[in-house]
Amino acid sequence: MDDALVRAGRALRLALLTALALLFLIPFYLLVRNGLADERDITSPEWTFFPADVRWGNVRELFADPSVPFARSLLNSALIAVATTLGTLLLASLAGYGLARIPYRHANKVFYGILGTLLVPAAVTFVPSFVLVSSLGWISTLRGLIVPTLFSAFACFVFRQYFLGFPRELEDAAQVDGLGYWRTYWRVVVPNARPVFAAVGTIVFLGAWNSFLWPLVIGQDRSAWTVQVALSSFTTAQVVRLHELFVAAAVSILPLLLVFLFFQRWIVAGVERTGID
Amino acid sequence: MRRHRTLWFWVFVGPFALGLALFTYVPLLWSVGLSFFDAHNTVTPTRFTGLDNYTAMLRDAAFRDSLKTFLLFTAFIVPVTYGFSLALALMVNRVRRARAFFRSVFFLPAACSYVVAALIWKMSIFSGVRFGLANTVLGLFGSDSVAWLSTTDPPWYWLVIVTVRLWLQAGFYMILFLAGLQRIDPALYEAAAVDGARPGWTVLRHITLPQLRGTSVAVVLLLVVNAFQAFDEFYNLLSDARGYPPYARPPLVYLYYTALGQGQDLGLGSAGAVILALVIAVVTVAQARWLRLGRTDGDG
Repeated sequence: MDDALVRAGRALRLALLTALALLFLIPFYLLVRNGLADERDITSPEWTFFPADVRWGNVRELFADPSVPFARSLLNSALIAVATTLGTLLLASLAGYGLARIPYRHANKVFYGILGTLLVPAAVTFVPSFVLVSSLGWISTLRGLIVPTLFSAFACFVFRQYFLGFPRELEDAAQVDGLGYWRTYWRVVVPNARPVFAAVGTIVFLGAWNSFLWPLVIGQDRSAWTVQVALSSFTTAQVVRLHELFVAAAVSILPLLLVFLFFQRWIVAGVERTGID
Repeated sequence: MRRHRTLWFWVFVGPFALGLALFTYVPLLWSVGLSFFDAHNTVTPTRFTGLDNYTAMLRDAAFRDSLKTFLLFTAFIVPVTYGFSLALALMVNRVRRARAFFRSVFFLPAACSYVVAALIWKMSIFSGVRFGLANTVLGLFGSDSVAWLSTTDPPWYWLVIVTVRLWLQAGFYMILFLAGLQRIDPALYEAAAVDGARPGWTVLRHITLPQLRGTSVAVVLLLVVNAFQAFDEFYNLLSDARGYPPYARPPLVYLYYTALGQGQDLGLGSAGAVILALVIAVVTVAQARWLRLGRTDGDG
């Protein structure tokens, strides 16, 4: 009797999860379906699960459309995401290591000064940051899009927590061999800390590729648009070519899905050890 | 020796700390300064206006509305996402087959941007015309089409705004809960079974939830912090060629149009940012009190 109940419960749970999983996949399906369809297929009130004819030519059309700087915006996004990721990893990991391992009288004060910025939501700093960047003359430049985002207190915090739990023996051995902090860091610590670099790197990359408000505010010229800003400009435009919009969105998430599928293990590990609890 | 160490400390920490100071502390202070000036279109104004920007902001019904929108949005999104992602985690954790598959499917939207998700929601699922997915489904049941995003009575746009964020974020919080669930000592469940606690609600209430306390506090904090930042989906779902509708403007959307829209009123925008920062500080402190941060008993 009880056994039957347990089995029924298990089947119910599986059915519910499967239904939810299908619901979660529908947006991806719509993205591809609409992206490869003809305009008329999308707006037809007769719902079809697959477009009547699959138009791969939509991708070519998108890149050939002179009214949208799509290729340029993809390139901008790629440059920004890569530069932001590398820069953040370098700066935040060095700082995290210094805070965790190099004794200094005021280290705690410095740490709280860094941590304090986490309490200031990015939401309230975008006007102030715009003011600074515009007074530097960095509006619509890659510099303006990249440099201010390089100093992630969150990444620094994750690295510090990670290095605090790092086994000291390796570094002690290196110090005995006469390596200073600098060489110990590069030759011993970094090669042994790859998981945290991969985890933070993927999270930063995802965030940089997907970020919208800052690129919208700073990338005012079309030449400085990121792919998210370009997509957004489609949806607010007077004339919307639906299939072009969807194929553009599909192209824009491809790089991320690749990064995501390749590094999924790291992202999950990274999320799990972001110092939460 | 000590001087040597101090030097190396600053070699490691200095570049980061300097950049953070320059790009967080300096703009904040500058903005506080600007908020006391008449700063149309300029970052180096000369006309001091005292508290005028602040009183203008507080008198502005649209700004007060934006704060209300934000509170309403937070009141919706935080409990809904919390409950939904916890339920997902509990189910995924107990499923035997294909656990990795379910985890991946629910986490996959985290790779999507709000811009892309809002596009799918606005142009395909909740499109107000007959070919939209939601309206197609309604049509199967003989209902009329609903103008999801442009009707304020009833305010269907909330359904669109909440579901898009739920889809994007639930998987991420599910991962946090899954990690928390895996740290619970199985012996606790065995002991409960010996004591005659029936699996299900009783165990959930008296063992699982208290053990997840640490994770829960973190999740609620993150949810509220993220709700403060709401901009992308509002902007992309609701604005069109005619501009942004007069309803559902959270503070960030409001500030975006005030400071960087046609008027480029940076003084007013800065005052708004300062007020918003104060509101957020108050909410954060109240929340920390309420969650009793720092309490250690029953820590998970």
